[in-house]
Amino acid sequence: MNRVVITGMGIYSVIGKNLAEVKNSLFDGKSGIIFDPLRKEMGFRSALTGMVERPVLKGILDRRMRVGLPVQGEYAYMATIEALNKAGIDAGFMEKNAVGILYGNDSSALPVVESVDILRKKRDTMMIGSGYIFQSMNSTVSMNLSVIFKFRGINFTVSGACASGSHAIGIAYLLIRQGLQEVIVCGGAQEINPESTASFDALNAFSIHESEPQKASRPFDRDRDGLVPSGGAATVVLESYESAVRRGATILGEVAGYGFSSNGEHISLPNVDGPVAAMQLSLKEAGMDASEIDYINAHATSTPAGDENEAKAIDHIFGKSRPLVSSTKSMTGHEMWMGGASEIIYSTLMMNNNFVAPNINFDNPDEVTARLNIAAHTTPCNIRAFLSNSFGFGGTNSSLVVRKFNG
Amino acid sequence: MQNEEIIKKINQLLIDDIEIDEDQISPGADLKKDLGIDSLDFVDLFVIVENNFGFKMKAEEMSDIKKLEDFYAYVIRRVNPN
Repeated sequence: MNRVVITGMGIYSVIGKNLAEVKNSLFDGKSGIIFDPLRKEMGFRSALTGMVERPVLKGILDRRMRVGLPVQGEYAYMATIEALNKAGIDAGFMEKNAVGILYGNDSSALPVVESVDILRKKRDTMMIGSGYIFQSMNSTVSMNLSVIFKFRGINFTVSGACASGSHAIGIAYLLIRQGLQEVIVCGGAQEINPESTASFDALNAFSIHESEPQKASRPFDRDRDGLVPSGGAATVVLESYESAVRRGATILGEVAGYGFSSNGEHISLPNVDGPVAAMQLSLKEAGMDASEIDYINAHATSTPAGDENEAKAIDHIFGKSRPLVSSTKSMTGHEMWMGGASEIIYSTLMMNNNFVAPNINFDNPDEVTARLNIAAHTTPCNIRAFLSNSFGFGGTNSSLVVRKFNG
Repeated sequence: MQNEEIIKKINQLLIDDIEIDEDQISPGADLKKDLGIDSLDFVDLFVIVENNFGFKMKAEEMSDIKKLEDFYAYVIRRVNPN
């Protein structure tokens, strides 16, 4: 079995548009949440959202490459450019090697709405133009990036709700471990627009703490009242250890284990057993004991039931060793399809810079969350290994274990 | 609309909307080989033409249009039928 290492990372998020900015935001506990007046006008229960400006790609990508690229694809392009540069992978390498792409994405709502709006207005499909079909499909990100970067390895999208990005990395890890691929560009992307989150807002799942947007996302806090939707894109380059050594690449971390499970219960209500099973499997795959995990990046989205059940699950496995826990969603909001990938990047940045980012807005625990060792403030820490959780609708669970590379 | 005005407008739309280099534009240019207009760009031309000249192009009318001058002639014929 091949060892699987991280040799590249790139990020375009609401707390920074590159690794350096994001590292500083994580250290400083900076929030990327705003109040979006447009959502209020449209009839949203909550106008809170993470926000990042749209990249300007005219002059960088030619028209044909831009026409079929939705906004989350633009974010993903930016993240992938940074990740490939960090990995030292260029067009010449792509020509000689079958680099793959597995990207997490589970919607592309805005182009669907816009193209159907044109049809309803014009009553003529020929007025829709050539780009919307490629923007509208769930596989839009992997489809576009594979053409832009000329990837010739595995090429598809992983749709696993809010665990999409995490499962994409997990599946890529398995393929490289098996020796079927040497390098896979993986990650997750999430569109930011009202059209994609309106039906989610309808579930009363979003925080309505609109008076103080940056205090609205408060995972594990006693007064949490819902999640804040967000977005962006995160790209992680996974590579076999042998390939990384051959290229002389800098190794940023080692993916040690991937665990998964399905709750087999409710479509939206999380449980305890499913996350426990995913975390246990990830530790078993890594051949590690719970006590070897120094930090847990929780899925915790700031919903009352979700955070409580995850706290119970973490306590069940880590109750003795009590590693530091934080949810970076306190700063970023819930990056949904992207979150499982971005949180690997956030945690790897922490691991390589010896700190745990704060779970901001954690002012008071409740009875259950008090059992966890939550980092309310930036905490110096030698992270030997971390575990990152991602859970989604339908009861899909993914846990990844990443450790410092020790040769 | 005068013929010269139509040609000028087509050229500007090709530059602005299809992002073709201005110095590549000449009446004898082959749409595919010289200007790089592929089947997907043709789909966008349908939208551009209707929005700017007010008529619907038909896919079956495109088979004889090889060069930019053919396209000029086609649009002129549709805008000024007489």
